[in-house]
Amino acid sequence: MFVERKRALMKAAALSALAVAALAGCSKKEEAAPAPAPAASAAAAPKAEPVKVAFVYIWTAGDAGWTFAHDLGRKEVEAEFGDKVKTTIVEKVPEGADAERVIRDLAAQGNKIIFATSFGYMESMLKVASEFPDVKFEHATGYKTAPNMGIYDSKFYEPAYLAGIVAGKMTKTNTLGFVGSFPIPEVLRNINAFTLGAQSVNPKVKTKVVWVSTWSDPPKEGDAAQSLINGGADVLLQNTDSTAVLQTAEKNGKYAFGWDSDMSAFAAKAHLGSAVANWGGYYKQAVKSVIDGTWKTDRTVWGVKEGMNDFIKPADVVPADIKAKVDEVKAGLKAGTFEVFTGPIVDNAGKERLAKDTKADQAWKDKVDFYVKGVEGKIPSSK
Amino acid sequence: MNEIALLIAATLASGTTLAMAGLGLLLNEKAGVLNLGAEGMMLVGALAGFGAAYASGNDWAAFAAGAAAGAVMAMVFGVLVIWLNTNQYATGLALTLFGGGLSAFVGVNFAGKTLGDRGGVGIPGLADVPFFGPALFRQHPMTYIAIALMFALGWFLYRSRSGLVLRGVGESPESAHALGYRVRWIRLGAVMAGGALCGIAGAYLSVVRAPLWVEGVTAGSGWIALALTTFATWRPARVLLGAYLFGGVTMLQFYLQGEGVEIASQLLAMLPYLSTIVVLALISRNPAWIRINMPASLGRPFHPGS
Repeated sequence: MFVERKRALMKAAALSALAVAALAGCSKKEEAAPAPAPAASAAAAPKAEPVKVAFVYIWTAGDAGWTFAHDLGRKEVEAEFGDKVKTTIVEKVPEGADAERVIRDLAAQGNKIIFATSFGYMESMLKVASEFPDVKFEHATGYKTAPNMGIYDSKFYEPAYLAGIVAGKMTKTNTLGFVGSFPIPEVLRNINAFTLGAQSVNPKVKTKVVWVSTWSDPPKEGDAAQSLINGGADVLLQNTDSTAVLQTAEKNGKYAFGWDSDMSAFAAKAHLGSAVANWGGYYKQAVKSVIDGTWKTDRTVWGVKEGMNDFIKPADVVPADIKAKVDEVKAGLKAGTFEVFTGPIVDNAGKERLAKDTKADQAWKDKVDFYVKGVEGKIPSSK
Repeated sequence: MNEIALLIAATLASGTTLAMAGLGLLLNEKAGVLNLGAEGMMLVGALAGFGAAYASGNDWAAFAAGAAAGAVMAMVFGVLVIWLNTNQYATGLALTLFGGGLSAFVGVNFAGKTLGDRGGVGIPGLADVPFFGPALFRQHPMTYIAIALMFALGWFLYRSRSGLVLRGVGESPESAHALGYRVRWIRLGAVMAGGALCGIAGAYLSVVRAPLWVEGVTAGSGWIALALTTFATWRPARVLLGAYLFGGVTMLQFYLQGEGVEIASQLLAMLPYLSTIVVLALISRNPAWIRINMPASLGRPFHPGS
């Protein structure tokens, strides 16, 4: 009996040790900013408390991709405001019930402004926002606002269009490939912009699309890229998070682009340029408005013009005239004279979606549910 | 024609991960131990392999590191369930959580690092045969090792005396114990060998297939390998068949999407799971066959002297 009891105890101890270690490894929450030494600040004259700023991430910051780009933005906030702010990050927060708990915790801990950086946090954040009227909430890529919850988004389709210009010139098979995550308007805009950009220099271009139903699964993204290449595509773009598509292109001697952040280091030969987002400018403005007490709820959609998006590091193999064309379009975007979605835009079933010489408004862009002419196949969810 | 050859080549490359892990888990289960920690062992193996490849530039060092890491993880599991008689299901789940957390924690240093190209090696004389060359004979060596392993494991389990003892331990550990076999050590050996194979599968994934390290790079393939062993009714050849079927349908659905076939991509994404289950369930539908092949003491703890 005694032996059995002891065994059971050892068993329980061993199991719980494993479980604790596993949990510790799984969900780590970091105080991102090194707090100033408390003794020093206590001794100094009573200074204004730093404004607490929190970021909710869908993944770890890592070295590339979506969350990495947001974390660069957070670092810009720290650099700009120094000890006037204190930033906190929570990584790997699943969309759903966990997100609500994390956002509520952050609000309760005295954060004055909270940024949620994934689409799926929308409902959770909306719910918590109603409980903390004094806290400002900012949600990336969503469409619902509240008196204390604003939304912000970037025009990723602009650098996708610029990448398309390069792709249209560099393709030898006149076939581009796109590895898509989920068929939502944001991703469809990117596919369409990429194709329109390519067609602006090469009318014969067609685009093949493969959906992987995930934001990050490198072997699967690589497999999808491989099957596009096997099917004749020789320049690829992706809307997924990892560098797998770029590396698969490198392995096959084809071309691809970086997405979300600068990925030039991952594929010396295949990398034709990177479509990036710089969130820092928006984060600095939002935090400043909280410090100044001027924060208002709104919807902000920034692009190349505001410096939120860019197409960077075009490769040496890209001909000079194409680089010049990219710069020209970029200048048009910056000046506000060029709009990617300008009519006539015809979908791949032949139906006109935007009349000649019309520039698409935000409502039109929010509802994109078609492929433009030149993209092959049908969107999965459409009947 | 050429596209079909490439499809077959991609199927073999893609199925190898599942085949290695599935065969390892099969060995575990034939000895009566169910290790739900496959995903955790694969992740730790993937990280160790990636680290070794990054440091040494040698794939074989990477596979050795992956095998060692998987075996160590399996040893922890083995000591817990075999000697301390902890619940195999709970301990396996804990191992998966632990492996996921540990690899993420240590792997931060490798995030965003990349390895050079790991292409296949053409087999002289065969690689240039039309169709069959590109389809079958330009693979990474690990593809052929997985196939050889299937035959080796089949021979070991059903033709060798040690294999008979191992199966005896899985069927009736009490009888094996009464005959004087060291049940616990045999089980530990099987568990560690299975862990090593899972580790190699993980290293193959991160070093050859991806080739990059990101957190959770295995994306659930450990669980699929676990399911494969059951649906394959614990027969090595069927594990291999299931692995290639799963890889093949995955590649086929990408190919169909790229060709603009009008089937919902969500449905296509389900196909690999669905078709593997259906095919293996059909060929394994004989209940007597399942009874013969399923290790009778699978998942049950063994108390010597009880």
